[in-house]
Amino acid sequence: MDPLPLPLPPLLAGYRPLAGVADELLAPDGTVRPVWAGLLAHLSATAPEGWAQRFARGDQYLRDQGVYLRHYGESGPAEREWPLSHVPVLIEESDWGDITRGLIQRANLLEQVMADLYGPGRLVTEGHLPPALVAGNPEWLRPMVGITPRGGHHLHFVAFEIGRGPDGRWWVLGDRTQAPSGAGFALENRVATSRVFSDFYPGAHVHRLAGFFRSFRNALMDLRAEPDSRVAILTPGPLTDTYFEHAYIARYLGFLLAQGEDLTVSDGRLMIRTVAGLTPVSVLWRRLDSGWADPLELDPASRLGTPGMVSALRDQTATMVNALGSGVLETRAFLAFLPKIARALLGQDLILPNVATWWCGQPAERDHVAANADRMFISPALSTRPPYEDGQDHRPIGPLPDWLAEHGAQYVGQERVTLSTTPAFVDGRLRPRPMSLRVFLLRTSQGWEVMPGGFARIGRGGDAAAIAMQKGGAAADVWIVSPRSVEAATLLPAGGEVARRGLSVLPARAADNLFWLGRYVERTEGILRLLRARNARLAEGGSAASPLLSGMDPLLTVLGVDPNEGIPQGLIQTLGAAIYSAGAVRDRFSPDGWSALADLDKTMRRMAQRVTVGDDAARAIGKLLRKLTGFSGLVHENMYRFLGWRFLKLGQHHERAMGMTAILATLADPTAPEGALDLAIEVGDSVMTHRRRFALVTARETVVELLALDEMNPRAIRFQLDGIRDQLSHLPGASGRGSTVALSRAVAALHSRLDRATPETLDTAALWTFRADLAALSDLVTEGYLR
Amino acid sequence: MLYDIKLVIRYDYATPAGGGRHLLRLLPAHLPGRQTVRSSALTIHPQPVERRNFTDFFGNAVTELSLPAGHDAVAFEARAVVDRLPQSLPQTDGALTDLPALLSGYLSIAPDAPHHFLPPSPRIPPDAAITAFAREVVAGHHGLIAVTEALGRALHDTLTFDALATTVDTPPSEAFAKKTGVCQDFAQIMIAGLRGMGVPAGYVSGYLRTLPPPGQPRLEGADAMHAWVRVWAGPRAGWIDYDPTNACFAGEDHVTVAHGRDYGDVAPVAGVLRIAGGQSSSQAVDMVAL
Repeated sequence: MDPLPLPLPPLLAGYRPLAGVADELLAPDGTVRPVWAGLLAHLSATAPEGWAQRFARGDQYLRDQGVYLRHYGESGPAEREWPLSHVPVLIEESDWGDITRGLIQRANLLEQVMADLYGPGRLVTEGHLPPALVAGNPEWLRPMVGITPRGGHHLHFVAFEIGRGPDGRWWVLGDRTQAPSGAGFALENRVATSRVFSDFYPGAHVHRLAGFFRSFRNALMDLRAEPDSRVAILTPGPLTDTYFEHAYIARYLGFLLAQGEDLTVSDGRLMIRTVAGLTPVSVLWRRLDSGWADPLELDPASRLGTPGMVSALRDQTATMVNALGSGVLETRAFLAFLPKIARALLGQDLILPNVATWWCGQPAERDHVAANADRMFISPALSTRPPYEDGQDHRPIGPLPDWLAEHGAQYVGQERVTLSTTPAFVDGRLRPRPMSLRVFLLRTSQGWEVMPGGFARIGRGGDAAAIAMQKGGAAADVWIVSPRSVEAATLLPAGGEVARRGLSVLPARAADNLFWLGRYVERTEGILRLLRARNARLAEGGSAASPLLSGMDPLLTVLGVDPNEGIPQGLIQTLGAAIYSAGAVRDRFSPDGWSALADLDKTMRRMAQRVTVGDDAARAIGKLLRKLTGFSGLVHENMYRFLGWRFLKLGQHHERAMGMTAILATLADPTAPEGALDLAIEVGDSVMTHRRRFALVTARETVVELLALDEMNPRAIRFQLDGIRDQLSHLPGASGRGSTVALSRAVAALHSRLDRATPETLDTAALWTFRADLAALSDLVTEGYLR
Repeated sequence: MLYDIKLVIRYDYATPAGGGRHLLRLLPAHLPGRQTVRSSALTIHPQPVERRNFTDFFGNAVTELSLPAGHDAVAFEARAVVDRLPQSLPQTDGALTDLPALLSGYLSIAPDAPHHFLPPSPRIPPDAAITAFAREVVAGHHGLIAVTEALGRALHDTLTFDALATTVDTPPSEAFAKKTGVCQDFAQIMIAGLRGMGVPAGYVSGYLRTLPPPGQPRLEGADAMHAWVRVWAGPRAGWIDYDPTNACFAGEDHVTVAHGRDYGDVAPVAGVLRIAGGQSSSQAVDMVAL
């Protein structure tokens, strides 16, 4: 290898691009490309140890945000740290201008292809596209043929996978038109990377991303049919590997996050089920593959869709971003025909070429692939997977020409692409690594707008094929660098816009999850309090077989908790249920709250490995209780009083009332063993109050007064009922559902029963009856709001 | 031949259903030169809260409806008077060996284009055993009409009609392995065999007049909706219909309702509804020659 010309910063010692491969950092003559000069100087000014610290800052940000890489293997879902490659990919503004022009041309072309495939079908009749590639294509959805999208456009948000070839030109590797992911991750990569380079980024003339997202939000808002209808993001749900991104971007843009079951079609209109009844939705940003969107007219096996969705689109009452069926444009074999189609439809050559592709269903093309097989990548013609995910070459063991003659129509040959390399930190030094970019385009009323940046995939080794993140690749930010200073945009809108957003809409499913989150968190706390009191008594020499402790055990076992385990599995499962509910409403839930629950879960599981009953458990549980209080504090102090918060509180009040009633019925029973009343007071966190309000001796009357009837005690049953009544008074009662009336009546009845009650009348039997009626409230809440 | 057709399909639910949305393909199609619908009507109980009609990709008439929540039974009743005209087989069919060339020269993805009916469809995946069987029994035949008839007769001779052996969701490979099934299985197996040999073939749903045995009155209500096969016999001959259950080309006894790639495209009742318990259904057809 030729020695590099000097002077290069020491940081680049050993940085050697492969022969015959373009490099982003070094020009072919071995000099540093000007766009990198500033960043390199900045990097060189700090010792490698300093960099580790800065990189950790970016990683910490991603962890705090809950950004992980999820994949679903045979052993179920798994998470690992988001693989951020901390050095961004730098592209000069002028270079980017060429890419932008090429991609806008391509987006316009794809819109026309889409309109034809779902319209007159002339590309086929005029011989530009073989009929078999359309008619045999599972992504070409026949029910969508003949449906003109409202507003006339099929494509609104698309992405392209591009890479730079050995000659320095950019190539399109694949079209992403179905439901392209990555825009939210690009934003997170940007925030993390700007934290790593916090003292360099602000002055580095890097184009900001916020302006693109502002345009995106406005564009989707402008697509609405009526001002009172909503924009929603349609997600397959928490089991999808990109669900985090859906929740994140819903929160960032302020749009509803909806699953198929949240939506319904009524009188030809698409509606979302909310706690206040059906509300119209007229724009859906779809993050779900088309086939799943409607089990009635598309894939009948879908459990993620909305029956009647196609009907609503046929009636043009909603805009789908992008139109159902747009996945057909991702068909790999189309790359073989798009260059000619561009000339036929646009009268232009493609500005950016796509990977040279030959469909082996045609004799001449088949022969070409067979004759040049050594520099070809052979793969399924109808595949819509991005090129880096399909690393496997499909090649027979026997003679290729015979095989292609028989099965050719199912395959394409593609020229093997050598991607350019870009610097990545590996073991404290910069190394060239292969790279491809995903670039995002948005349709606005003025035409296509290109995100100035994107999502870069960085290969792990030198092998361009191993660029997929699931296979050990990494993600990096993309900086488009201007020679001049750039506008520092934020998402905050300029004047006036805020006021128009009005009251938020709460989907019934989200309310349901928040209600149960409240219940499970409260149940977790209740279990922790019981366990702490029990273990403290064991630590003080009590016996598990004593009447007092064995007498309280049913309070735990009824919740599935084995009191004889240090940190019982039943406790971990209860918190797990809370986390599951929280996971389903990530878009309505602060990252801090999420981290608090995840941290509690981690600590609990770790403790479960070693903590033994008695003193050890009492102290460990005390620690867990303090952590849980942290979460409750966040909910109380930091959560805006949206409707969603009210359902969370409703769940908490309800669960606490249930728990306290059971405690009193068990521990304040006249036949309960000695010490039971003190135990009740302790579990009810009211030892000091009791001491202050009553004599030193606990009696059934004082305990019931304090824990059941006292409206000032936040642990008392009465306090919970007040809370339930208060929350209900803020809920939309006029939804026309009779069950909301039944709910308020039931709460009022329970309330007046407590009003009339005295510690004497509220005996054990009365408490159990009261609890059964309390339990029925949960069903009434479901009936009234959560369906 | 003029027919009066009456169909009743009824579903009973163990617990009331929470509303539902259905697509119905029950009424005879209007097919110029082949069958003429004099009158037709579709009645639904309970009264749907929404109801509309549209034409699907393949040209079938579809009724889309939404039922109110809380119903524990639903009945669909179709009535039609249809004139089924006699037809003769085309004389100019293509040859099996010419199909690749005929198809690659047929530049269209219009609904009647053969290209829709050659690739695997959701309910009829490629099947090596059925294809091998088909190749064997059509050996020596060249014209697509002869090929169709040879395969249809062979299936009729090999398979036993048994109304209880399969369900609506039994895949063709399983029915073929058991060598038994109903008209739907006969049709889907034949389609798999034809496609396996490179012949475009589709699925037809409709009504069939069951001729009474000599001297006996016709049994009312004994029939169900029928299914048969549609085969592309080349660009000049176009589509011909063959009924493998009865080993005959579809004639004056066959009245078409809908056609598509497989059962999924033509299901008489497709629906999504929220139910908690089980359900049962019944179907009765009367097709009386007037």
